[in-house]
Amino acid sequence: MRPFDYQRPAGADEAGRLAAEPAARFIAGGTNLLDLMKLEVETPERLVDINGLGLRDIEETDEGGLRIGALVTNGDLSADHRVRHDYPVLARALLAGASGQLRNKATTGGNLLQRTRCGYFYEPTAPCNKREPGSGCGAIGGYNRIHAILGASEHCIATHPSDMAVAMRALDAIVETVKSDGSTRELTLAELYRLPGDTPEKETDLEAGELITAVRLPAPIGGTQIYRKVRDRASYAFALVSIAAAVRLADGKIETARLAFGGLAHMPWRDEAVENLLVGEAPSDALFGKAADTLLSDAKGQGDNDFKIPLVRRTLVAVLREATGSTQQ
Amino acid sequence: MNTHVMDKPVGRTRLDDRTQDIIGKPLDRYEGALKVTGTAPYSHEHLQGEDVAYGFLVLSSIGKGKVTSIDTSAAMEIEGVLSVVEGDNIPRASAEPMSDGHKMANGGVFHYGQPIAFVVAKTFEIARQAAHLVKAAYEEEEGRFKLSDEKGRARISDGGVMESDTKRGDFEKAFEKAEVQYDETFTTPSQSASAMEPHATVAKWDGDQLTIWSSGQLVSSNTTQIATGVGIEESQIHFICPYIGGGFGSKLGIGPEAVLAALAAKKVGKPVKVALTRQQVYQATSRRSEAIQRIRIGCTKEGRITAIAHENWLANSEGNDFFEPAGVSTVFLYAGEDRLVTHRVAQTDVLMTSAVRAPGEAVGLLALENAMDELAEKLGLDPIEFRKINEPDKNPQDDTPFSSRKLLECYEEGAKRFGWTDRPEKPGARREGDWLIGYGMAAGSRKNMIVPSSADVELTADGRLTIRSSMTDIGTGTYTILSQIAAEVLGLPIDRVDVELGDSRLPSGSGSGGSFGANSAGSSVYVACEDLIAQLAKRLDVDPESLTLKDGFAIAGNRQVPIGEIAGGQTLLASGSIKPGETAENTHQASYGAHFCEVGVNAVTGEARVRRLLTVAAAGRIFNEKTAKSQCYGGQIWGIGGALMEDLVVDARSGMIVNHNLAEYHVPVNADIQNLEVVLLDEHDPYGSPLAGKGIGELALAGVGAAVTNAIYNACGARVRDYPMTLDKIIAGMTV
Ligand SMILES: Cc1cc2nc3c(=O)[nH]c(=O)nc-3n(C[C@H](O)[C@H](O)[C@H](O)COP(=O)(O)OP(=O)(O)OC[C@H]3O[C@@H](n4cnc5c(N)ncnc54)[C@H](O)[C@@H]3O)c2cc1C
Ligand code: SF4
Repeated sequence: MRPFDYQRPAGADEAGRLAAEPAARFIAGGTNLLDLMKLEVETPERLVDINGLGLRDIEETDEGGLRIGALVTNGDLSADHRVRHDYPVLARALLAGASGQLRNKATTGGNLLQRTRCGYFYEPTAPCNKREPGSGCGAIGGYNRIHAILGASEHCIATHPSDMAVAMRALDAIVETVKSDGSTRELTLAELYRLPGDTPEKETDLEAGELITAVRLPAPIGGTQIYRKVRDRASYAFALVSIAAAVRLADGKIETARLAFGGLAHMPWRDEAVENLLVGEAPSDALFGKAADTLLSDAKGQGDNDFKIPLVRRTLVAVLREATGSTQQ
Repeated sequence: MNTHVMDKPVGRTRLDDRTQDIIGKPLDRYEGALKVTGTAPYSHEHLQGEDVAYGFLVLSSIGKGKVTSIDTSAAMEIEGVLSVVEGDNIPRASAEPMSDGHKMANGGVFHYGQPIAFVVAKTFEIARQAAHLVKAAYEEEEGRFKLSDEKGRARISDGGVMESDTKRGDFEKAFEKAEVQYDETFTTPSQSASAMEPHATVAKWDGDQLTIWSSGQLVSSNTTQIATGVGIEESQIHFICPYIGGGFGSKLGIGPEAVLAALAAKKVGKPVKVALTRQQVYQATSRRSEAIQRIRIGCTKEGRITAIAHENWLANSEGNDFFEPAGVSTVFLYAGEDRLVTHRVAQTDVLMTSAVRAPGEAVGLLALENAMDELAEKLGLDPIEFRKINEPDKNPQDDTPFSSRKLLECYEEGAKRFGWTDRPEKPGARREGDWLIGYGMAAGSRKNMIVPSSADVELTADGRLTIRSSMTDIGTGTYTILSQIAAEVLGLPIDRVDVELGDSRLPSGSGSGGSFGANSAGSSVYVACEDLIAQLAKRLDVDPESLTLKDGFAIAGNRQVPIGEIAGGQTLLASGSIKPGETAENTHQASYGAHFCEVGVNAVTGEARVRRLLTVAAAGRIFNEKTAKSQCYGGQIWGIGGALMEDLVVDARSGMIVNHNLAEYHVPVNADIQNLEVVLLDEHDPYGSPLAGKGIGELALAGVGAAVTNAIYNACGARVRDYPMTLDKIIAGMTV
């Protein structure tokens, strides 16, 4: 860890100004950033501690949704009765992540912006385009069990590790930010995150000093909500594959289907074509199989992670069966 | 010094009389309160608040080659950096267990993440930062990072804990003739012991005397290793390690940081503290070898084994000749006239391999006990029945009698308690929603041994006893059982017994390893206590046998004297030593157990979860039911981890260990562990030790993983021969 300047601003404006230089980082729970700093994967010259900014409330919005302050912890968010009742997929995703201790420290903003768990990214002596642009990608041709099968590039095949973000993507959550010049904006998760392309070091659309202040959930969508996380041990492991689903039926047909996927790509994945294919149809295994085909039409394994392709298919079919109450085999 | 050589079986002892009735009782740990209140000082916690410096290792970033230069200028410019230790005398990794000293790098790089320099600074943070600034230049060579590629170049090694080859009869011929043949090859991955406490040392000089607080399982040889590395006499070293946060073999040889801390402390003129980071523990200490294991079994149609072979290929780095004795159990576990067990070691340029809990059995039984399960099915036999048919009545390798062996009883008792008769008939037969349910079982064995060990006991006039030995307690309960043994033999209330361990100035204890600690160190305490009783009897002018010792009193005829008063206010001292003797040669000694497992396998995702695990074991006299069972629970958990998830991944291109942290190197977490049960059968082994005990700490791991994977097969039809049995392999192998 390198020495750094440490600031505790009192307001969001000041925080943004202090963090406007590229070598500055916000720190929230610190559960990801500090680990990376100890390894010198991250070497900020300034830490802007945002824990004094409030941003810890969960409020109801005029549209009937919720605004979640960026510093609400994963533990508090998962325990909020409105989240549990109206957005069960989010509560379940949160509880499927990390451990109780970590969830008590980890924040909503920090969770969205946590970095990949790629082993080469975490080992400063290994090649990694994300950590050191131009150095190559250690995971391609190396150990890539946890890596991406969708949206990867020849420069980086990392996955985004968050569970929470997968559920939020399915719920059409909106991220509210304030830039260092004081202006505010809103982004969908699709707009927030980027695919690796040839700049895997740039993971989001956020500018230097742009602070996430809240995440807004639209009014509850109801339906059957499922978060299914498949992992290598029963708890405290990142998803190999995860699916957040919110599905509603009307007259025996699928009325809405929101599906987001974790463990597959550089960002929580969502594919409109898959959802469109399902909507208006009666649930059946044949239909679910087609949905999987569509989702996976461009899927590419890297060796160790080839298994994810059949695994997503199996898991998706099982989740859709459960969500639609269909039991055909 | 009173020395007992184990040449003859022991007869009835005071441990059998149980006058004090304390031996075997499930007492809480002697040092438990200190540990749970955070007041038991571990190595790194010594010299708190004193003026010390901190060290940090610099590791190589190549897998094979030479260090051509090291540039320390940027590091030295950082304020607070005191020194950078470099040069030839940098340990490559931990010392090999019981060796005289570390293999030194001498400018070479033998594995990725090898120590190449050591930065010392005023604070830990400065040392860590400066370590990142030390830049090495290398001459890189092509490395050998994959056992399967090097297998053809594997050779015999004499550096193991057993003969590399054991043979009887003509296996090949008998196998060829056998009515039923089984021939499969298994692979098991490298593993890391991942003890909770990282390797850590504090080194302090007073003139030419060196005090070392370090986390080591074997005080005597650890002291030797440091003396060699530092270039001083053992007598100049005071080695202290009263508390150790787990070792599991990884601290049998002292870590690389101990020598560096001592050298650095000399150089900077103040004590140096160092604790490895978790990543460094994975990269720079030692690991369990990956293994390729071919099992061949020939038998009659009725299931009588006629030929059995277990051939193993293991890895180690240059100059280290230890091999994981994966075939150790196959030598004696089952009958069969023609037998073959071999081990070949291939050199790889990866971190040294060494003992990790139950070296040999932990991975060898994953292969053998899967093979037995498969073969039983092929023969149409119940797996227990098949094993019973092949239960030998003497060591099938050389016809020596078993000192004790209750494996059949373990099967019986286990099957009954577990409800083995309810086992699903075939894969897919039992389903609960998405979960396929299966039962599996496996046998386990662990070779027993004692090693030389010494202890003193001191009885003071107030009737208190202090036991002293350089024996270690690595979290297993040694303090507690030693006090129980002494309390039982001397008839003392347990709270009148104190224990001092883990100090090189105390009589040389066995240390902890190979499941020999309790039996060896305990025997030396027993022998010392016997000597003390002889002294007491003499003072009372009675025959030792006629002396009854209970509740702190010596009772002889109608006399009853408080034990501390017998010496008239004097302190009494006695010493005891144990040595292995002829019983180790003329009997075959091992502990045995049977494991029964129920798993659920998710039919969709292939996730396997152990629902129930029962181990029934017989391991000689149990000194403390609680600490013994705790060892077994730990072993069971290790077995689950070995079966389902543990896998130290080495990048085959660079030799880099990829998953060198506890988030990605998976060991079971609480949610993976549901219902564990351990039953210890009553057994005394008079050949094992004066205590009639045998080793237990590793037994409970031996075979567990195979019970798990056999249950997975029973649930879903997936038979995986490439461990760990992760969900991707289960999905691929599922037949239902
Ligand atoms: C062992 C382990 C296991 C884990 N398992 C899981 C798991 O299974 N599933 C899962 O989803 N997660 C898991 N996590 C990750 C955990 O959820 C994240 O570490 C945590 O959510 C990060 O939140 P934080 O507040 O601590 O972020 P920090 O570490 O403080 O920050 C992370 C990043 O976000 C930036 N940042 C933080 N807040 C803001 C803000 N308001 N605006 C702009 N930028 C901001 C920081 O600058 C930094 O770059 C695990 C973590 C560990 C260590
Ligand atoms: S996958 Fe991405 S993060 Fe991992 S090594 Fe390649 S570039 Fe780095």
